[in-house]
Amino acid sequence: MSKPLKQIHLAAHFPGVNNTTVWSDPKAGSHIEFSSFVHFARTAERAKFDFLFLAEGLRLREQGGKIYDLDVVGRPDTFTILTALAAVTEHLGLTGTINSTFNEPYEVARQFASLDHLSGGRAAWNVVTSWDAFTGENFRRGGFLPQEERYSRAKEFLATANELFDSWHGDEIVADQAAGAFLRDTKAGSFVHHGQHFDIHGQFDVPRSPQGRPVIFQAGDSDEGREFAASSADAIFSRYATLEGGRAFYRDVKQRLAKYGRRHDELLILPAASFVLADTDEEAGELAKDVRRLQVSGATAIKHLEFVWNRDLSSYDPEGPLPDVDPDVSADHISQGRAQARMYRDPIATAREWRELAAAHNWSIRDLVIETGNRQNFIGSPATVAHTINEYVQADASDGFILVPHITPTGLDDFADKVVPLLQERGVFRTDYEGPTLRHNLGLALPDDLRREERVAS
Amino acid sequence: MSANPASPLHLAVALDGTGWHPASWREKVARPRDLFTAGYWADQVTEAERGLLDFVTLEDGLGLQSSHYGELDGRTDQVRGRLDAVLTAARIAPLTRHIGLVPTAIVTHTEPFHLSKAIATLDYVSSGRAGLRVQISARPHEADHFGRRTFPPISLEELQSPDGQERLTGLFDEAADYIEVVRRLWDSWEDDAEIRDVSTGRFVDRDKLHYIDFEGKHFSVKGPSITPRPPQGQPLVTALAHQTVPYRLVARQADIGYVTPHDADQARAIVSEIRAEQTAAGRSGELLHVFGDLVVFLDDDQGAAEDRRARLDALAGEAYTSDARIFTGTPTQLADVLHELGEAGLSGFRLRPAVAGHDLPAITRGLVPELQRRGAFRTAYEADTLRGLLGLHRPANRYAAAATA
Repeated sequence: MSKPLKQIHLAAHFPGVNNTTVWSDPKAGSHIEFSSFVHFARTAERAKFDFLFLAEGLRLREQGGKIYDLDVVGRPDTFTILTALAAVTEHLGLTGTINSTFNEPYEVARQFASLDHLSGGRAAWNVVTSWDAFTGENFRRGGFLPQEERYSRAKEFLATANELFDSWHGDEIVADQAAGAFLRDTKAGSFVHHGQHFDIHGQFDVPRSPQGRPVIFQAGDSDEGREFAASSADAIFSRYATLEGGRAFYRDVKQRLAKYGRRHDELLILPAASFVLADTDEEAGELAKDVRRLQVSGATAIKHLEFVWNRDLSSYDPEGPLPDVDPDVSADHISQGRAQARMYRDPIATAREWRELAAAHNWSIRDLVIETGNRQNFIGSPATVAHTINEYVQADASDGFILVPHITPTGLDDFADKVVPLLQERGVFRTDYEGPTLRHNLGLALPDDLRREERVAS
Repeated sequence: MSANPASPLHLAVALDGTGWHPASWREKVARPRDLFTAGYWADQVTEAERGLLDFVTLEDGLGLQSSHYGELDGRTDQVRGRLDAVLTAARIAPLTRHIGLVPTAIVTHTEPFHLSKAIATLDYVSSGRAGLRVQISARPHEADHFGRRTFPPISLEELQSPDGQERLTGLFDEAADYIEVVRRLWDSWEDDAEIRDVSTGRFVDRDKLHYIDFEGKHFSVKGPSITPRPPQGQPLVTALAHQTVPYRLVARQADIGYVTPHDADQARAIVSEIRAEQTAAGRSGELLHVFGDLVVFLDDDQGAAEDRRARLDALAGEAYTSDARIFTGTPTQLADVLHELGEAGLSGFRLRPAVAGHDLPAITRGLVPELQRRGAFRTAYEADTLRGLLGLHRPANRYAAAATA
C-alpha cells in the first residue's frame, strides 16, 4: 500500500534586498509603498498560501566602505507592516524575522502577542541571531555580543519570550461588570527569569493571545542552528532545494527531534525557492536565462567577485576573464551587513576553483557569477512546476516551500492562478483554510498548556 | 502663528482602554471583553473619524496599569493589560482614510532606530497620517522588565523633590536625544534617493543617503535608516507636559505639546512659557501647537453627566482625579470652555473620554456639530495628511538642505 499523499505547505516571501529581485523590470513596482504589500498578501491569500514571510534589515549593506546600491535598498519595519496586513487579509499567516540580538525579550514578546491578538492568531516569528558590531552601531548596546554567544543569547531570548507568552493562561480576564472583577487574581502575567543574558521579573501586560505563542521559525543551517531548530522551532526556513540535498537535510533535522522529546511532525522543513513560469518548458528555460542576466548585471558580477577576492575589482571588465591576483585574506571583509559574504571560508581555494571553471567553459566574470550563483529552483510550465514541487515534498526533501518571486509585487500572480489549481487537482494542496489560526493551517499543535486546557474542557 | 483657517480649532481624542475613568469598563457600552481585539479599536477610531477629528492618540506602557505611579497596585477591579500602541495603530490604518494615528511609545527602554522605522512604516501604511507621542518612564517595575537599568522606587510626590526632578531631567534629556535620533533617521534618506538607474545598475543614489552619526550621553546611532523617508517627511512628534522640564522638550523637539491647564489663566501662563522656550530654542518661526487636555463626561443634560460621574466614582470607591481638568456637562458648555481656553492661546484640544463607549460618540455627535454651528470646526477633511490637517508644511530634508548649501 502506498503512503498517503503529503499535503504541501506554501508561503510567499516578499522579495527583499538580494539580487534575486529584478527591480529593473518595467513590471517591478514599489518595495515600500503599502499597496505593493497589499497586492502581494492578497495574492498569497487568494492562493490559500499558509503565510507571508517578511525579512528584516537593521543596517544598510556596505561594500568597500560605501552603501551597496545595486540591489533594492530600503524596507519597512517588520512588525508594523505585518500588523497592517492583518487588516487586509483574513487567513494568511504573518511571519516576520526579528533579531534576538538587538532587541529585548519583554518588548518583542509584547509585539508578537499584540500581533497575534490583532491578527486573530496569525503571528509567526523567524528568530535570527546576529552579533556584528557593524549592525550594532545603530543600537544602544552597540556590537556587544561575541559571535560564540549568539545562539546562547538566541536560545535564552526565545525561552524568556515563551515564559512571557505563558505567563497568562487564558482564563484571567473575567470582566464581570456586575461584580466588578476584571481579573480573576492579582498575579496575572507574573514572571521571573534569572539567566546568563536576561535577569528580569514582573508582570507581562499582554493577555494570552489566540495562538498562545507565535509559530516559531528558525533559519540557518549550521550544526548549532539545526540543534536550535530541533529543540525550539515549529518550522525551519532552509536553503536546500536540490532533491538529494533537501532529503539529506530533512533526515538530519528530523532525526534530531527525538532527543528533545519531539515528534517527527512537530517541525516543518520549508526551504526558500525561486521559480520561473512560462506556457511551455522551453519558453520558461529561455525566460530563466534572461532573468539570471537581469539579476546579475556586469556591475553586480564584479561586486559578487569582490566577496571572494576581498578587494576592489572595479577596474575589471565583467565580460572579461577572472582576475589573476589572489584574494586578500588579511584585510577586514570588504562587505558588511550581509550573510553571504561569509559563505566562502577558503577564498584562495574558491578563487582557484573559479578560475579553472571559467577557463574550462570560456566564461567571463559575469558568466561565472551567473553559473555559480543562486539558480532558479523550479523552471517550466505550470504542469512541470506543480509536478516538481509535489515530487520534492512527497520524497521528503521538504514539507513545502517558501516561494521568492523575482518581481515585486506581481511575481506571485501566475503561480497563484496557474500552479496552485494543479496542485489542488492532485489533492496535495488545500482548497480552503483548515482553521482560524496559522497553527491550524500548518498542522501544528497548540502550545502545551492550551492543549491541556482543551483536554480539561472536553 | 495662525492655525489652519479651514479648522480654527483642532480636536483629538486620547484612547485608553474602555475610557479614562477607572470604573468605565463596568458601563454597559464599555465592551471590556473586546479590548484585545482589532475590532474594538477599529470601532473607536472609525467613530473619531466620523467626527472629523484631527487624530487619535493611543496610550501605552511597558507594564500593567496601576493606580500608583511607582509600583503595581495588585488590583483586580480595573482594566489591566494592553496591546502595543504602534501595532494597534498599524492595524487600524488601512481601515481609515483621513484621521491621524498617534501611538504612544516609551522612549526610556526602547531603541530609537526601531521606533523611527516603525513610525515611518506607519506613515506608509496610513498614507501620511502617522504621529508619535513620546513618553518617559521612571517606573521601577517597568525597568525590571528590561533588566538593564534599576530605578529606585518613587511616588508621584517624590518626583517633585529635587532628587526626583534631577531624575526626571535625566530621563527627559535622554528623550530629547531619542527624538533627535528619530528625526534625523527620518531625514536620512532624501526624497529622491531611489533612482532605479538601469544604465548604471544603481537602485539608489547613495549620495542621497546620510549617516546621522549621532553621539549622545546615553547612546549613539550611525544610520542611515533602513526605511526610506516617510510620506510626511517628518511624522508628527507630540508629548504630554506638566512642568518646565517637559515644556522645554516640547518647545525644542515637538510639533504638538499636550498641557493640562485648569483655567484660562493657567493656559495663558503655560503657553507663554512654552513660547519663550520655543524662541530660546530658535524655533519661533515654526508652528508648534499647544493642545489642552481635558477629561470629559458629556451628556445632553448637565445633571445626567454629573450623575454618571457620581455613579462611576461610587463603583470605583473613590472620586476620580486627574492631572487634567475634568469637565462634566453638556456639549454646549464644553464648546464654551474650549472657546475660552482657545482665546488663552491653545490651538487645539485632546479630549480624554471618561467612558469611551459613551463620551467618544458624545464628542463626535454632540460637541462636533456644536463647534461646527459656531464655525469653529471643519465640516469635511481638508487635507490628506496629518501634517496637512494641522496646518504644518512638509518639511525640507535637513541633509538635502546641507548638501545644496
